[in-house]
Order: sequence, then C-alpha cells, then structure tokens
Amino acid sequence: MKLTLKVWRQSGPKEKGRLVAYVLDDVSPDQSFLEMLDDLNRVLVLKGEEPVVFEHDCREGICGCCGLMINGQAHGPVRGTTVCQLHMRNFKDGDTIVIEPWRAKGFPVIKDLMVDRSAFDRIIEAGGYVSVNTGGIPDANAIPIRKEDADLAMDAAACIGCGACVASCPNASAMLFVGAKISQYALLPQGQVERVARALNMVAAMDREGFGNCSNVAECEASCPKLITLSNIQRMYREHVKASWKYAPREAREAAG
Amino acid sequence: MKLDSKVPGGPLETKWQRHRFELKRVNPANRRKFDIIVVGTGLAGASAAASFGELGYNVHVFTYHDSPRRAHSIAAQGGINAAKNYQNDGDSVWLLFYDTIKGGDYRAREANVHRLAEVSVDIIDQCVAQGVPFARDYGGLLANRSFGGAQVSRTFYARGQTGQQLLLGAYSALMRQVHTGKVKLHTRHEMLDLVVIDGVARGIVTRNLLTGAIEAHTADAVVLATGGYARAYYLSTMAMASSCTSVWRAHKRGALFGNASWGQIHPTCIPRHGDRQSKLTLMSESLRNDGRVWVTKAKGDKRHPREITEEERDYYLERIYPSFGNLAPRDVSSRAAKRVCDDGHGVGPTGQAVYLDFADAIRRDGRAVIEAKYGNLFDMYKMITDEDPYELPMRIYPAPHYTMGGLWVDYNLMSNVPGLFVIGEANYSDHGANRLGASALMQGLADGYFVIPYTIAGYLAGTKLPKVKPDHDACRAVIAETKAHIDRLLALKGNKTVEEIHRDLGQVLWDYCGMSRNAEGLNIAKKRISEIRAEFWENAKVVGRNGDLNPVLESALRVAEFLELADLMVEDAASRTESCGCHLREESQTPDGEAIRDDENFSYVSAWEWNGVGKAPTLHKEELKFEFVTPSVRSYK
Repeated sequence: MKLTLKVWRQSGPKEKGRLVAYVLDDVSPDQSFLEMLDDLNRVLVLKGEEPVVFEHDCREGICGCCGLMINGQAHGPVRGTTVCQLHMRNFKDGDTIVIEPWRAKGFPVIKDLMVDRSAFDRIIEAGGYVSVNTGGIPDANAIPIRKEDADLAMDAAACIGCGACVASCPNASAMLFVGAKISQYALLPQGQVERVARALNMVAAMDREGFGNCSNVAECEASCPKLITLSNIQRMYREHVKASWKYAPREAREAAG
Repeated sequence: MKLDSKVPGGPLETKWQRHRFELKRVNPANRRKFDIIVVGTGLAGASAAASFGELGYNVHVFTYHDSPRRAHSIAAQGGINAAKNYQNDGDSVWLLFYDTIKGGDYRAREANVHRLAEVSVDIIDQCVAQGVPFARDYGGLLANRSFGGAQVSRTFYARGQTGQQLLLGAYSALMRQVHTGKVKLHTRHEMLDLVVIDGVARGIVTRNLLTGAIEAHTADAVVLATGGYARAYYLSTMAMASSCTSVWRAHKRGALFGNASWGQIHPTCIPRHGDRQSKLTLMSESLRNDGRVWVTKAKGDKRHPREITEEERDYYLERIYPSFGNLAPRDVSSRAAKRVCDDGHGVGPTGQAVYLDFADAIRRDGRAVIEAKYGNLFDMYKMITDEDPYELPMRIYPAPHYTMGGLWVDYNLMSNVPGLFVIGEANYSDHGANRLGASALMQGLADGYFVIPYTIAGYLAGTKLPKVKPDHDACRAVIAETKAHIDRLLALKGNKTVEEIHRDLGQVLWDYCGMSRNAEGLNIAKKRISEIRAEFWENAKVVGRNGDLNPVLESALRVAEFLELADLMVEDAASRTESCGCHLREESQTPDGEAIRDDENFSYVSAWEWNGVGKAPTLHKEELKFEFVTPSVRSYK
C-alpha cells in the first residue's frame, strides 16, 4: 500500500509543532500501525534525520504506553483497540493519515507524538489503593465476594491508563480513568474503609491536574481500548456526592434537606 | 572464587523459617538511616520497593518508563500459582515444590524452590487484600484453573490480565509509599552502570531519558529487578524496551552470570508473518486447557483446516504425552511443535505453525462458555491475524519468552557482589532449566514481598558501611566511562540501523542457540556474533544527540549490551553438552527426540565470570545437591 502520513513534529515541550507529510510506498496490510511507523523511522534515520518519537513498549495492547490520534480518533478507527494492535489492513491504498499526539492540558507534549501522562500517577498517589502492609493478611478466601461484584470490579480494573479517554474528550476530562479506579475499589469489600477519603482525594487530585469535567459526550467510552463504560463515571459521581455529604457540616446537610 | 549459596541446613520445610529467625533485623527506628535503590518497577521491583517503604527505609526506585505501571509484568496473561488446595484436588506446598523442581529438570536449588512454594500462599492473600480482582466462583470464593506441567488446578487468574492486575496491585502499594514520601520515584531514568566501591555495590549511574543527564545515585544496597533478556533474540514476546543493560553492566562489574543460555521458548505465540515484524505476541497458555493442538498427518497438506478429517489429523501432544496431553510443559510442547514442523507437517503459509483448535470445546461447552473464558484472547488473535478463532483453529508457533538465566544469587538473593541484590526474572534462581506456566508472577512477588525485605535487613544490620555520596571518585569515574560510551555510540555514522543489526543478531541466536542447539551450530554462532558486533561498531547509524530525548541512542545502548551478552549465551550453551529443560543439545537426546539429562556431570549452575569483550569467560560451578527429591527422568507420557 502507498500512504501519505501527516505527522505532528514538535522538537520539545516549548517548541512550536507542525504537521509534516511523509510518503511510504511499501506498507504491508499485516503490519501493525507502530510497525508502519518503524518503517518510516528507518527511512528517516538512514537519511540522517531524527525519527518520529512515539511511546510504545509491549505491543500487545496492555502496557498502555502507545496512544496516538489517528485521523482525529484516539487509537484510530477500530473500536476497543490500542494503536499497537491496529493493523494496516484497516486502511486503504492511497490513504492520507493524520497522526497527532494526545491533546490535553493535563498531558503536555514532550516531543513529537509523546506526551507526559504522569498526572495519572499523581491521581493514583492521592488514594488509588487499599492501605495494607505486606504480611499479616487474612486468608484470601476469608473475604468472599459475589461473582457479579468481582466481575464488575474487574471490568473497571481493566483500564490500562493510556489516556485515550482524556484525549478524545472535548473537555479533556479524566473521569473515565478516575471513575474506573474508584469503581474497582468501591465494588470490593477491601475498598470500603477508605471509600470516602478515596473518592474525595482522587477527584481533588484530578481537578488539580487540570482535567475537565464530564458533559456526557461519551467519546471516552467510544475510544477506550478496554471498553470501559460510562457507568464508572456515574458511580464516581455517586461516590463523590456521598463522600461530600458525609463530610459536609451538619447545618449544610440540614439546609439541603 | 568460592560460590557460597548460604542455604541453611536442617529439614527442607523449616529452612526458611529458621533462616528468617537467624537473619539479623534492623530496628524500626534505625531503618530510616538506610537508603535502598531499586531498579525496575515490575512485579518484583514494585513489590520490593513498596515493602521497603512500608518498613521505613528510604527508597529510590528507578524505571525507564513514564510510569511504574508500564513494566512488562503487565503483559502476563494466564495466572499465578499458589499451593492453596482450594480445589481439594490434592495440592500442597510439597507438590508445588515438587512440580517446580521437576519442571526445571532438577537444575534449581531445592531450598529456594521450596521457599517459593511456601510463600506462594501468602502472595494470594496479600493481593486479595490489596483489592486485586481475581476471578471468583458463584459462591464468592476464588476460582482456579490448571496450567501446563501440573495436574492440579492451582492457578489464580484475573481474566487474561493476571499480570496487569497483580502489577497494578503492587503499583498501587508503591504509589501509596510515594505519597508517604518514603519512596522517591524516578521515572524515565535508565540505569546504565553499577557503582562498586571497595568491592561493595553502592550505587548506580543513570541516564535521564528526557534530558540525557548522566547522574550517579548512591545507597546502602542496590536491588536489580530489571527483568529478562529474551529481546536478545530480537523477535520475542518481550516488550520493546526490555534490555539486559543493568544485569550485563553489573556482570561487567564483577557479578557472576548464571545459566546464560536458558531461555524459555513459549509454545503458544502467534507465528511471525514477515520480515518486517517487530514483535511476537503471546497467546496465553491457559488456552491449552480447552484447545487441542494438531497438524496434518500428510506432509505439506495445505487444505483448509475444516476440510481435514479427524483421521487425517495428528493430535501429536495427546498422542505422545497421553497423561498431560495438551497441557504438557512449555519446553516439551515447544520442541514437539518444532519437530512436527521440521518434519514437514507444519500448517499455514510458512509451514512454521501448528493448529490450536477450539472446535471440540465449542461443541462441548457452547460458544458462550468459551467466550467467557478466553474472549479477549480470541479478539486479540483476530485483530492480529484477521482470522476468527471461533470459526478457524488458531495458528501458533513457539517463540522466545522468558529467560531463566540471569545474575547468580545466593539464598538471600544477593549476588556475589556484596550489597547487590537481584530479584525476579533478573536473577537465575528458582526455575532451573525450564519454567512452568504461572510461575513467573509467583517468583516476582515472592522475591519482592516476602523474601528480600528480610534478607536485605540481614545484610544491612550485619554490615558496616561508610556513607557514600554521588560526588565520590568512584561515581565520577563511572559517569565518565558512561559518557565516553555514549559519545562513541553517537559517533557511529554508518549505513545500517541499530534495529537491522539487532535483527541479524536475533536470527543467529534463534537459529543456533534457540529451541535446540548443537556444537557445530554454536561454533557458527560464535563467529557470526563477533562479526555482527564488529559491524555494529563500524556500520551502525546513530542520529541525534545525548542532551535530548533520543530513542535511537537508547536503542543503541541496549543493543551494544545484547551483542556482548549473546557471546555468553552461546558459550554457556556450548559448555553444557547434556540436554536439560529448555536446553536441548541435539547430541544428547533419545531417538524420538526426548532430552537426555546427565546428572553425573552437569548437576550444577553455571556461574560465569567476565574477562573482557571477546575473551573467554571463566566458568564457576555451584554444585546442586538433591537431599529431598531424587532427580528422575522427566516424563509427561
């Protein structure tokens, strides 16, 4: 296949970026999108030019490193997949493909297609865990969990932290990511003790990092490579409202009826 | 050099308990006086760093990723073993120990393996308490499945994402400690060398991947948890950034390298499709619970798989290994696949593949059941191959996956360089010559949560260490060497990319030091590797500069090390003329291709000492004594 790529090139966080066109004329439909970019980079390096920087690692759809806007869609046109699992057979000979980095205030560009997603770590640091020290733990089967709850928690826990939800949201909201983590623990007995503080702290951390709010556009759900659903955002809202209520002064609660 | 394994005496069942008691402890108030460096944030590194933080040490943890959550442990699919006997099928700590020792073909230390089996039960408790969403039965209790090499269901799993869920558990414990300030997280930092002062490991030198800054970091102990080196083969199931730099640099600074040639070839990978492929993708071994493996009885039969009748198929694993069938261990299954393909029975366009067929299972249990068990794996397969495994059998072929070799460590997981600990896949221990399925996650977390917190205390409490700062002369010297190495790489202006050279190296290793080896092939490999290394240093092309994010330089730094490690892999394979586990020496096999072990002459761990590039390394042997199990022929028939 012959393709024209319009790739975002930006040499540093403070530099000005622009789209640069490249033509590749020997793309195999069996290649993954990242292997196609490898080919582009091979050509660039042999010409003595700097390769296009993009983040990638496991190339099995699970590490969450890769993430590109492909023709304006996070991770490209196929639903429920990461860029590394997107294959070139989904494109046609002669296509022009526009490749850009995630765009969000919370994800500043580092170079070319690579962005800084450390904000996600700071949100987890604010409470995305169950506080247990190693050792001195009861037998695992001493905490029975309804299969339905365990499965729902697992659905939420499938999030790989790639950031597609943020990138595809017009508000650059991180609520699908945060909602998934809050949901996982809210659904499990182990998460109950810290449930209130977790909801308050993680939401506050998310706001601090400059992510926007949800306005029910649902692009996040549509672009999520792990098919995480909007219901996690609803659960996050419920958790947050309940937590705020619990912490609100009594007068405020009475005034609110 | 005398290798002291420090295995405690006495009955096997009480060795660890007694050793823990005898190890010195650091008083809680004194722990804040010690700094520990942890390199790598996979299961082993994250769990160790989190545990050190909980205990009160000052921890510095380094990862080349943007976040600890990206470590390659995340890609493990199938599960984690633990001898819980929740299924009442006769499992026990002893059986897990026995299966693991036998699976490793009697080339691992008994005491280490027993300890691993003992703490396996604690790992599950720990992870459940952290909120890891393991699969559950309708009664609310934990579900289990069986895995290759075992006849009991002892594998705990979280859909096909067990590695991800366990890593997120360890990562969340780590981030909790980052929040308390006990752990300082250094992301996008790659360790490029080890600092040894007066024979003791005291720090590391890192490169900041964003700015190129080369810095020294010092501590009272250094823990390497940097994973395996199967990327030496170029095409492997490993993540692209997986390297051998940290262990190789430590080796060059005096740490012995154990069993370098033992790499596991995983039987169920999606076959390669062409010459420009970057990566192979694993299909979880759990698929073998329901999938039946077959090839055509006739050679070169290229008909559509559904046109081939039952009588025309050879379910070779069920035929050759009736008691384990499709669940035969990984090395046995991989070699069987290679044999049938080499004999001309392979399927698919290249003939380098066998079928993994779910038609019987779908007929028996219904599509919904199979979908619930393996749906995400089936989707992944379809995405990559454009074939629907619900309709057509999957095509699979073995591929390099995990490395059993790594830095030599004693029972305390300390290398022969005092103060340098090595955990998880980065060390050579516990799996012997072959690793059973669902054991890697177990070892990573066992080392990090339940072994090293005690053994490192024993070291710190029993050693007098002067304080060392990053401006120490030794640190400056290593920084200068690292900078010179980088300058040399940046000066390479040839006309081949680093990836192309890496690909050449990988092909040589795969051809001659892969699933089976012989003396002649290993000699060819040795010659080719030195040619490829020479070509790298003459003809590689490295663009860009150091003071910037430079993926070409990162790659060159890693490949330069693989080119040296490859020599040792070949040397190690050549020195061991027996077959054992994943290491099949063609000179040592039965007429029907089963491995013949030679306990008389090879019941030892190879621990290699570095003597310089292109120079023969020195072999040290740690004799393996089997006091509690008798090595026997490993039969799965």
